[in-house]
Amino acid sequence: MSQLDELYREVILDHYRNPRRRGTLSGDHLHAEGVNPSCGDEFSLDIEVRDGVVVDAAMQGQGCSISQASGSMMMNTIVGKSVSDVEDLTYKFKLMMSIEEGDNPVDPDRPGSVLGDLEALQGVRKFPVRIKCAGLAWSTLSDALQQAGQES
Amino acid sequence: MIDLERLRSDFPILSREVNGHRLVYLDSAATTQKPTAVLDSMDAYYRESNANVHRGAHTLSAEATELYEGARTKVAHFIGAKPAQTVFTRGTTTAINHIAYGWGLNHLNEGDKIVLTIAEHHANIVPWQIISRHTGAELVYLELTDDYRVDLNGIDRILDDRVKIVTFSGMSNVTGAIGPINLLSEAARSVGALTVLDGAQLVPHHPVDVAEFDVDFMAFSAHKMLGPTGIGALWGTRERLEEMEPTEGGGEMINTVDRHVSTWAPVPHKFEAGTPPIAEAVGFGAAVDYLSAVGMDVIAQHERDLTRYALDRLAEVPDLKVYGPDDVLLRGGAVSFELADIHPHDIATILDQEGIAIRAGHHCARPLMQYLDVPATARASFYLYNIPEEIDKLVSALMNARRIFGL
Repeated sequence: MSQLDELYREVILDHYRNPRRRGTLSGDHLHAEGVNPSCGDEFSLDIEVRDGVVVDAAMQGQGCSISQASGSMMMNTIVGKSVSDVEDLTYKFKLMMSIEEGDNPVDPDRPGSVLGDLEALQGVRKFPVRIKCAGLAWSTLSDALQQAGQES
Repeated sequence: MIDLERLRSDFPILSREVNGHRLVYLDSAATTQKPTAVLDSMDAYYRESNANVHRGAHTLSAEATELYEGARTKVAHFIGAKPAQTVFTRGTTTAINHIAYGWGLNHLNEGDKIVLTIAEHHANIVPWQIISRHTGAELVYLELTDDYRVDLNGIDRILDDRVKIVTFSGMSNVTGAIGPINLLSEAARSVGALTVLDGAQLVPHHPVDVAEFDVDFMAFSAHKMLGPTGIGALWGTRERLEEMEPTEGGGEMINTVDRHVSTWAPVPHKFEAGTPPIAEAVGFGAAVDYLSAVGMDVIAQHERDLTRYALDRLAEVPDLKVYGPDDVLLRGGAVSFELADIHPHDIATILDQEGIAIRAGHHCARPLMQYLDVPATARASFYLYNIPEEIDKLVSALMNARRIFGL
């Protein structure tokens, strides 16, 4: 596979064209917004956290396939997880994307075993200028969870 | 006619490879590549004549001053102006900020209006927003026609004696649309408003005689016309430059300095506080020499031909929409487009893999993006060194983008 085909995996294009959990939440929820000013990508999310568990999530945004697919996969993955599991996932995702310094946690012999579909985003590592696209949803999520931390 | 093969060999960067392919540089609206003559002029200045200007009686200082002021003369003559009315600035952005702070802040009041177009670059929007916050003056936007040109219908309703400034670009960095410079400046004159022409895209690509435009100010940048970054120029009428206050104080810009008061040096030095970008000025002078030697008429015609070819070839790509006029007499070589549902950043990444450099994003024109109702566009832009074969490569890479996105 060429680097480009590696980057634009089918699962990424699917999430880009059919983003999951698109919308907003009503009722009590956390909200955060993120933007990449240099390219104009936007991402906003609502998450409902009950007893330390993410019970519902919805997102809105516009931008490139990488930023939107990363957000869509993230939203799908975090619902049902505890806040500490989400934080752990965020850390592993950032390691995988080399946003955080450290070894890539993904096991090449068992694809999908560590980060599920999100591992499809590994191709972005070869395109350093696009890493911030993949990271936008995650830094927005961290902003929202920080509010949760401050409230509890 | 330009001997393109020879001309391209003047630009060392054009022979480099990017991702295993010969560079295809289609981002000259962002910044242009530099010919050897410009690089050599700056190198020679540092190697042989480096000294501070306008001070000291030693030989090197005199040489540096001569080179710096000589560059001013070249740049002034390039736009048909006098050196005494040509101020070196950091670029177009700084030039417009000089006008906004140095003139706007002192002449605008609550209820006054600043008229601009929705197609302006942030450099010609944000300074006026800041001045509007300080003075209470209001920003009023002119919108666009169906073919992306400034819509003058209804301008009579906007124009009244509260309009103090009309500011507009000579050529849009997004749509490529040119003007209408004289219609806008006539309209501004009819109500006694001052006119500002953002020449950042116009001056590099078209023969400009500033006397033919009835405007008060014109701003442009060296790096968009083969020169270095960090320098540009502000041209103004003598009267407006005289009444404009300096926005920066320091060395070079003074006549006398006492404990509590100072007096200013005459224009243009009044606006050039601190040690100026001397090497950059020298490079700017070499850039306009290069452009003049090729001929601005020749360059403009070459770009019209390339743009025609590009618009025709892009029309062959399914689901591609161009945001800009189709008539190459009404537009320059900045071609913005969208392709199906492929985001411009994805297009840019795919093209980059084939060594093709285009711009993707909002092009520092978010109000225009909102007006066009697009989050971003892709933009290919051309200059004197581009050739039709590069447009062929662009089109085939766009077809590859369609394939990658399953279209």
